[in-house]
Amino acid sequence: MSHTPRPLRAKFWTPGVVLMAFLMAAGAVAIIARYIGGIGYVTNLTNARPWGLWIGVDVASGVALAAGGFTTAFVAHILSRHYYEPVVRPALLTAMLGYTFVVLGLLVDIGRSWAIWKPLIHWNPNSVLFEVAMCVMFYLNVLYLEFVPIVVEQYKGRVHLPGPLSGLNAPVEGLLKLLDAITGKLMWVFIIAGVVLSCMHQSSLGSLMLVAPTKLHPLWYTPILPLLFLTSAIAVGYPMVVFETTLVTSSLKLDPEMDILTPLTRFTVFLLGLYLALKVGDMVVRGTYVYLLDGTAQTNAFLVELILGVIVPWVMLVLPKVRQSRRGLFIACALIVGGVLVNRVNVFVVGYRPPISEANYAPAFSEILITVGLIAGLMFLYRFLVTYLPVLSGPKQEVSA
Amino acid sequence: MDLSRRGFFKIMGATGAGLAATGRSAAAWESRAPEDAYGCLVDLTRCIGCRKCEQACQTVNGLPQPEQSFDDLTILDRKRRPDEKSFTVVNRYYSGKIDERDQLIPTFVKIQCMHCQDPACASACIVGALTKKENGAVHYDASKCIGCRYCMVACPFEIPAYEYHNPITPRVMKCTFCYERVAEEGKLPGCAQICPVEAITFGKRADLLALGHQRIKDNPGRYLDHIYGEKEVGGTSWMYLSDQPFEDLGFIQVPEKPLPQLAETIQHSLFSYLWSPIVLFGMLSGVMWGFRDKGDRHIDREGENP
Ligand code: SF4
Ligand code: SF4
Ligand code: SF4
Repeated sequence: MSHTPRPLRAKFWTPGVVLMAFLMAAGAVAIIARYIGGIGYVTNLTNARPWGLWIGVDVASGVALAAGGFTTAFVAHILSRHYYEPVVRPALLTAMLGYTFVVLGLLVDIGRSWAIWKPLIHWNPNSVLFEVAMCVMFYLNVLYLEFVPIVVEQYKGRVHLPGPLSGLNAPVEGLLKLLDAITGKLMWVFIIAGVVLSCMHQSSLGSLMLVAPTKLHPLWYTPILPLLFLTSAIAVGYPMVVFETTLVTSSLKLDPEMDILTPLTRFTVFLLGLYLALKVGDMVVRGTYVYLLDGTAQTNAFLVELILGVIVPWVMLVLPKVRQSRRGLFIACALIVGGVLVNRVNVFVVGYRPPISEANYAPAFSEILITVGLIAGLMFLYRFLVTYLPVLSGPKQEVSA
Repeated sequence: MDLSRRGFFKIMGATGAGLAATGRSAAAWESRAPEDAYGCLVDLTRCIGCRKCEQACQTVNGLPQPEQSFDDLTILDRKRRPDEKSFTVVNRYYSGKIDERDQLIPTFVKIQCMHCQDPACASACIVGALTKKENGAVHYDASKCIGCRYCMVACPFEIPAYEYHNPITPRVMKCTFCYERVAEEGKLPGCAQICPVEAITFGKRADLLALGHQRIKDNPGRYLDHIYGEKEVGGTSWMYLSDQPFEDLGFIQVPEKPLPQLAETIQHSLFSYLWSPIVLFGMLSGVMWGFRDKGDRHIDREGENP
């Protein structure tokens, strides 16, 4: 059983890929509509509810669920647990694509997409969002650099551009060599920088709402919101890896890699437990449990997030039996991933209650189309890149189960 | 992945410098409110709901004329909010006050940007497109704005509005405090100038506070002993006097602490001089160096780490 990453080289246009392409096309139509009629034409956003589905899902959840990138890099490269190497590349790819799509989502969401570079020259060091934006920008570049060796490994000495482009073979080859030399020597810097930048902006995403104490529901508004965001992002890293590895290996009929996933989730028991303790402790200290049974949409969303998204999967993962069963592990990890998603949506959308206008919000159909289209685009690119680049290392299953 | 010994010590040196900076960064949060700001004091007991201020605001700011004429007072039957086409609106409230013939007496409330002393919107703005000026105005510079709408999330009074139907160059729209008129032409804000009953008094914020307290003192029966905006969110440039409880007139309760304080304190104590990222970087390099080839002696598999 070999664990060397290699291109998948499987048939690309499977029915699933066709479906993704279709959803991407639908999303693209909605994006075109957004650039013709404006944000107001495709969304239900209002003056009282300026942030909605796109910020809650595409941006905040996108960032949180890309945490597999830095958490696996930490364990495999900083702690040198090379045993986990096979999941590092897929997690890196997910993070790279995840952040790329966070930026694409932001481009659609901000009113002046063409001005997205302006924070580079107009700094507001008091703004939490400024810090988040800077970190995301640097981190995205770090992710691209971390990905370089994968491209180099595949193409160095083998650049064969078709027909008219063949004149570029030599320069492209040279560029690859150069990038290889740079990233080879400095990779340790990028890996550590990636972890540092992640810790910074994962937590600061939580600080974003601290400026709005009258708007965010007390169940979520706490001064330790940045800490909760950081711990939940770290805790969701490995479950996200399990979630996607299981999806990928089962849909591509690869070895399920349980021998790596099971030990990986032992960390999660501790990390998710820490998050749970902080969250419950915060609720007790601030006395916000008084809201728990008032039956409002906010409270119910909080209960779903806490019980289904944290407590149930934590109890499941404590049991070695669950950790060793492919199905049990997948369900527990899917719940954790869902729990973090719900948490981010709760903080930015459900728990956000403008006190004067009390305006409600539900995403418009075209708003959903864009989010779905972006996610489909991410999956499409993932599938494309693992087909042609050495990312996945699971060997083919001999007999498909 | 080679981390040389020399590189490692360099990093630890930087870490030390970062730690040294920590001491300084722990400085307490300080308000950046201008000392000599202008403001407006709105006396709700005087306002007659004529909507002349709305009309003047449209004119001096070059905003489009509304579909419904300013003389049409049926518009007062519903509560409005300022939006991207009007920076100020007057709403009518019946708070239960009655006259001598048992008729309900309305109270009219003009709303616009409060021009907070420590504005949440300006603290939030990613590019500093919103700034608190020396003269008190919270000023918007569309040429910097990227349209993230974080200012709208941050504003406790739900004031900034957005041109949602402009696909390429939408702006954040809100009362300008007639910044150019006041700063460059030395005039009054359009709304304050036109008010026929002097319900809006323009002046230095400190003077307005003194005036407000004087009015309360002179007419204790006429006013509640509360100037809305004196302490709310750390103080605002626009302030209100009333005879009816503010909560019956659409004013929300807000903290007296400036809203940017918590987030700015956290951000600055963590990130000034980038000390914490530098320390973290140093620590992780140390860990990486320490673990460099003793990670998993116990589990070794072929083909993983050539
Ligand atoms: S009222 Fe809102 S928009 Fe106006 S200065 Fe205060 S925070 Fe900013
Ligand atoms: S929308 Fe414009 S003014 Fe408002 S916070 Fe974003 S960049 Fe600043
Ligand atoms: S100060 Fe100027 S912009 Fe603000 S409400 Fe009055 S007229 Fe309008």
